[in-house]
Amino acid sequence: MPKVKVKRKGVALDMTAMCDVAFLLLTFFILTTKFKPNEAVVVDTPTSISTTKLPETDIILISVGKDGKVFFGVDGQFTRVDVLERIGKQKGLQFSDKQKVAFSLMDGFGVPLAQLSSFLNMEGPDRAKVEQPGIPVDSVQNELQDWLINTRYANPKVRIAIKGDRGADYKVMKRVIATLQDQNINRFNLVTGLEAKPQIAAVAE
Amino acid sequence: MADMGEGGGGGHDKKGKKKGKKGSPRVDMTPMVDLGFLLITFFMLTTTMSKPQSMELNMPDKTQDDQQQPVKASQSMTIILGKDDKVFWFMGTPAEAKAEDRIVETDFSSQGIRKSILEKTRELGGDEKGVPRIVIVIKAMDEAKYKNMVDILDEMHITNSKRYAIVDILPEEVELTKKFDSNI
Repeated sequence: MPKVKVKRKGVALDMTAMCDVAFLLLTFFILTTKFKPNEAVVVDTPTSISTTKLPETDIILISVGKDGKVFFGVDGQFTRVDVLERIGKQKGLQFSDKQKVAFSLMDGFGVPLAQLSSFLNMEGPDRAKVEQPGIPVDSVQNELQDWLINTRYANPKVRIAIKGDRGADYKVMKRVIATLQDQNINRFNLVTGLEAKPQIAAVAE
Repeated sequence: MADMGEGGGGGHDKKGKKKGKKGSPRVDMTPMVDLGFLLITFFMLTTTMSKPQSMELNMPDKTQDDQQQPVKASQSMTIILGKDDKVFWFMGTPAEAKAEDRIVETDFSSQGIRKSILEKTRELGGDEKGVPRIVIVIKAMDEAKYKNMVDILDEMHITNSKRYAIVDILPEEVELTKKFDSNI
């Protein structure tokens, strides 16, 4: 019977097409990927029905953690260095080139200016382990204000987004918003998750 | 597996030397495909495809007084956000609300604050341009959570209320909510 002979023959599949597809997809993912930034604080954002997208560039992100700690972050490595130089000049602090590089690589931070220098001197892995105390925003010592002013000088196009934890006290948010308003920033974005819009018709009946 | 076999098996003639030039070499692509998909998997898992949503918030300009227009007390609805996700609301001024005991406690459900806002909006009607007359004043107590603020701003979008403002709470308004505390 001829059937039996055919059975044992190895099948050579032409993998070329599959390889093409695989690398096409790979190229797509490499080009579109944007790595998850390792955030200084874990923020569980509240959900809203708003569908406005957050701008990707020229943005200051003020994060407020669950415990009310305030963190500050700005995009763009050159902007970051510029901001650090400006705030150093304003406050009479000197930063070495190594510290500037370290600062330019940080997505967000929450340390008072007094501790910033030693914080920047740490090695990357150690820095991630440190519990950051947050940026002072109280009326006596409002460093968030200094950071905002200098960032806006460094990059005038910058927009401001607030990323608050759902459990953060309104008290802190009020301070942050008041700080923004003191600088005449009256438009800003609140980062939220997505939620389905409820049907209003049923309620309106 | 990873041999570079010659296509067509053209090297079997009797002339001795194999003619390597003929036919296209067939490379086994399997490991390459494996590698390709491995990297795809890695990039798919590390990528963040969805951009975060955001909500735009406009606050009144503090430096310009002319933007502030007096609002008729009868048209203003004050919403107070309290601790433990509580919501209180009343119409008019806090003094009136206290005298007439009109403050109402409600919640964030669809039958709660949303229903009240819609009812009051309908009650007050629109002006000549069809814009609802109601003005909603949002006041959050210090104990309120940020989530409550986002929720109430959401309600503003849901109920299509265009005229609303976030204002700092006054001590007498905190007093008003006290009576609900004792009931528990």
